[in-house]
Parts: sequence; C-alpha cells; structure tokens
Amino acid sequence: MTAVTLAPPRGGFGNAIARTLRDGGVITWRNLMNVRRNPELLLSATLQPIMFVLLFAYVFGGSFGGGAYREFLMGGIFAQTVAFNSAFTTIGMANDLQKGVIDRFRSLPMSRMAVLLGRTTADLAVNSLGLVVMSLCGLIVGWRIRGSFTDAVLGFAVLLLFGFVMSWIGAFVGMLAGKVEVAQSAGFIWMFPVTFISSVFVVQTTLPGPLRTFAEWNPVTAVADSARSLFGNPPLPGFERPEGWVADNATLYAILCCIAIFAIFAPLAVAKYRKVASK
Amino acid sequence: MGSRFDGVAVRAEGLVKSFGSTRALNGVDLEIPTGQVLGLLGPNGAGKTTTVRILTTLLKPDSGSAMVAGHDAVADPDAVRRSIGLSGQYAAVDENLTGFENLYMVARLYGMSRSQSRARARELLERFRLTEDGDRPSKGYSGGMRRRLDLAGALVARPVVVVLDEPTTGLDPRGRMDTWEVISELVDDGTTVLLTTQYLEEADQLADAIVVIDKGKVIAGGTADELKNQVGGERLELIVADAADLRSTARVLAEVGSGEPSTDVHTRKADILVDTGPKALIEALRRLDAENILVSDVALHRPTLDDVFLALTGHAAEEDSTDTKGVAV
Ligand SMILES: Nc1ncnc2c1ncn2[C@@H]1O[C@H](COP(=O)(O)OP(=O)(O)O)[C@@H](O)[C@H]1O
Ligand SMILES: [Mg+2]
Repeated sequence: MTAVTLAPPRGGFGNAIARTLRDGGVITWRNLMNVRRNPELLLSATLQPIMFVLLFAYVFGGSFGGGAYREFLMGGIFAQTVAFNSAFTTIGMANDLQKGVIDRFRSLPMSRMAVLLGRTTADLAVNSLGLVVMSLCGLIVGWRIRGSFTDAVLGFAVLLLFGFVMSWIGAFVGMLAGKVEVAQSAGFIWMFPVTFISSVFVVQTTLPGPLRTFAEWNPVTAVADSARSLFGNPPLPGFERPEGWVADNATLYAILCCIAIFAIFAPLAVAKYRKVASK
Repeated sequence: MGSRFDGVAVRAEGLVKSFGSTRALNGVDLEIPTGQVLGLLGPNGAGKTTTVRILTTLLKPDSGSAMVAGHDAVADPDAVRRSIGLSGQYAAVDENLTGFENLYMVARLYGMSRSQSRARARELLERFRLTEDGDRPSKGYSGGMRRRLDLAGALVARPVVVVLDEPTTGLDPRGRMDTWEVISELVDDGTTVLLTTQYLEEADQLADAIVVIDKGKVIAGGTADELKNQVGGERLELIVADAADLRSTARVLAEVGSGEPSTDVHTRKADILVDTGPKALIEALRRLDAENILVSDVALHRPTLDDVFLALTGHAAEEDSTDTKGVAV
C-alpha cells in the first residue's frame, strides 16, 4: 500500500482552531450544496418574513399609525427574522443527526465542533439572504435607512451576530429534540413568546406589568431597538418612551447578550453533540 | 507497513456494553494480526455492529479495551480515526451530494488539499465503477451503488485498518462479487480488514480467521477448517430408489456411521454422521449393493459453517445457506 497521505496532526491551540475553521468550512459547503439542491428550503426563510411585513404593515398598521408604524415595524421584523434562524437550525441539526452521513463524520479525524459550526454558518448565510429580501420588501412599503452608512453596516452586523448566536441555541434544542418531527414544533414554539413579548411589533411600554419587564430585558427588544436607532428610524409617535440603561444602550446591550448567549450555548451544544455522537 | 503495532493491528479485550437493560456485549475478545482478514460472524443481534462501533470510536465500551493500529480507541480516538476506514451497516453518504462531492468532502475532512481531494475522489469513482454517475446526486443511486460509494469513502485516506460491517448484505450477486474483489485487493495491499457478516459462506471465502459471536459472547474462533473440525466428521447422505428400502438402509448406515441415522420418506433420503469419510461411503454402498438396495444418489458433505453454528449454539444462523461440497454419484 502506498504511504498514508495524511499530514501528521500538529498540536497546539492555534492549530486546533485552524482545523475547526477548516473543517467547519467544508461542512458549511456541504450544507449550502444541500440548499442548492433543494431550493425549496429557502422558501420559509424568505417568504415568512415577507408575510410578516405585509400582514403587520397593512393589517395592524392601520390602527397603529400607518406609515410611521411601518417605519417602526421594520427594525422589529428584522430582529424577529434573525431570531427565527434558531428554529431553522433546530430542524437542520435534528435532520443532520438522523442522516446516515453523520456516522461518516464521526468516524473521521475531524474537529468535533465542525458539524455544529458548519450548520450554524450555513444557516447564517441563508439568514443573510432573508435579510436582503426583507430589506427590499421594507423599501417597498416605505421603510428607509436614514442614518449614516457606517451605522447601517453596524445595524446589519448586530442583526447577523444575533442570528448566529440564536442558531447555537437552536442547535442545542435540535439535539435535545432528537427527532425531526419533534424539532419542527420544538424549534418554533418558544420563538413566539420570545419574539412577541418584545418591542418587535409594539412599544414595550404598552405591555402590562411582568410582560413589560420581560420585554424590556428581552434581547430581541434590544436587537430591534438597536436596528431602529442605527437605521435612523424614529420611535413610534404618541407612545411612552422606554427608559433605563437597556433602552439607552440598546446596541451595547444587544452585543453583550450575543456574547452571553454564545458563551452559554456553544459549550452546551458541543457537549450535547459529543454525547449524542457517542450514544 | 512496519511493525509499529507488533504484528497485531486490532486487539479488543473484554468488551462489555449495555444499552439500558440489554447487554449487547458481554466480554468480547478478538485479535487481528496485521495484514489479515478477520470475519466476525454471528446472527442478527449478536453484537457485531456494537463491536464495530467500539473499535471505530463511535461508541465507548462500559469496560474493556480496544487497541486499533497501535492506538487506544477510548483514550486516543482521533489517532484511531486517522488510521481506519469504516463502511458501516448502512451507507453513510449524503444523498444530496453527488458521488464525487461525497468523496471530495471526505478527503477534505481527512485534511487533504483541494487538488489532492479532487484527484483522490476521481480515482476512487473510477475504481468503484461510478465514474459515469459521479456527477449525479447520490439520491438517485441504486442500493448497490450507494454501498460502493460508501466503501470508497472508507478507503479515501488509504487506511491501514478497514472495518466493514455487513458489506454485502442486500447486494445482488454481482455486487457481492465486486465487494469480495475489493476486499482481496485490500489484502494484497497489506491492509488489515475486519469484516462482519451473517453469511457463513462469506467468512469462509474471505477471512483468514473467524470469530463466532452470539448474544454478545465469543463462542468459537479459528480458521474455517478448524471450526469445521470442531463439529467432527462428515455427513453421508443418500437417496434410495424405493422408499420401502429406507428402513434397511437406515440399519446399514447405523453400522458404518456413528449416532442415529435420520430418514425422510418423502425425499427417500437417509443420512448419518461418519468419521471416516470416503471409506464409510464405499462400505455403505458395498453393503447396500449386497442387499440389493438401489441407490439413486449419494453425497458426502463436509460440515458447513451452518453445521458449526448449529453445533455451537443449538440454533441456526440463517434459514437458507447452501454451502455443500457434495460428491454426486
Ligand atoms: N443503540 C442501541 N440501543 C439499544 N439497544 C441496542 C442499541 N444498539 C444495539 N442494541 C442491541 O444490542 C444487541 C446487539 O446489537 P448489534 O450489535 O447491532 O447486533 P448485530 O450487528 O450483530 O446484529 C441487540 O440486542 C440490539 O437490539
Ligand atoms: Mg449489525
């Protein structure tokens, strides 16, 4: 037999990271090829936000203030859309674990994190496409970016970062769910309270008691308000303004939440993956 | 290949594994000298796949140790993964990727460069007769083609140890012959192969040594010949022209053979175990001739691995196996 062509592994933390990124890149490529062969997977990621924009802009918009509400709404729907990325990762992860190819991955000398990283990165790419479609949709209903270019870039960056870290929660939930059928409901169900009890569709000060407190501290609120302020979209007129440190520092709080979510759920997801991978 | 692992490529000692209250493995030992083929033989549920999964680092044993290519499968799974190629019981291919993309991806994940990976993928497609379909999504492949693609995936990094879990189950005869050929080529290259099978004939054909497991325990081991000798002797079987002669035939057989002869009126068949093979056959025919009993067919069977299995476990390994090397008269 000819010599084994594998490069001998080099130790060290730097190399472990390089290998994780490289293998994660290969798995990302594989996941995006899967999307390319099944373009219908893109439908829910793009059609759903469009539905929300149209429904809320025109069904609820009328009673909330028409054009001003639509301007207010877009930041919220951006935040909601990236949060829902988590549900797609939940289903994708459960799907991955049920496929035969996972046994191939597990018998290869690849990074243990690569399957998770490849899943969350590919979902981020799909999510970015959803953001583009929504932005166009927003422009059609009258939303505009009124702030500076750098603020707008920062605005999209925060949204994508939030989508990415939500994806790691989704991956964890997907492995807990195990079966794809379970993942399909488990992935979405907790999304509804998390995205609706927030400033996505309404001003948080209009909510009663405990719901208001929840909404004020909800990272989804921070991401929505951060997008509004970075895109230069004015607050909804005629409502009590939110107050406090979180309201005044929405972008910073949103980024801190992203860091915290990642710091908690990335290790949890990796540990869970190791467990389901050696059952 | 050097003597990096002192001549033993795979060594499992005292493997125990339970799933809930099911004890899948109950102390399995096995050893494969470098460059040899070991057939792990057992009926459904015997613990073959569990053994394979432990040796290939997919599963941790509750106790016991597994050394593969000089590395500990529990303590250093990554080193084991670099040395092995696995083709599991169910094809581990991504259905949405083409045959080429599947192999390319595996090569990349083994750490090969892009150009190395492309070249290796094309080479393997060629070797496994998949070149024509290599750029089609594997979703549309037949079961046999998927199996071949999976086997190709196991060989991407030219591993020193190849583990094949029931590689021919569900294949048509052509596919089975192909797979056997690939295994012989691996052996020619000096690769060590662990092969599980439910087909006694397959282990007989391909393996240098056979380990028989049943209910999570090794119940016998050795070469095919050694196992057959454990049953001892051969079986003399004959068919008489007239069913009325069966009773006297049985008497004659009892004189030349050992144990109780058995007869069947419908098939006019009588048989018995004999220690002396051809000599007993000639003696039986001579005596029957002397009694004017007309024999229409006679055969001497070496015990098959089926017989071995039956003798070892008291139950058959599979319903249907026809591994008879008879001498027809
Ligand atoms: N993941 C699992 N969970 C529960 N029981 C299992 C699992 N895997 C295998 N078993 C049980 O362990 C025993 C051995 O199974 P297996 O190793 O797959 O046998 P074989 O491959 O020889 O058919 C069987 O009784 C099987 O039902
Ligand atoms: Mg099996």
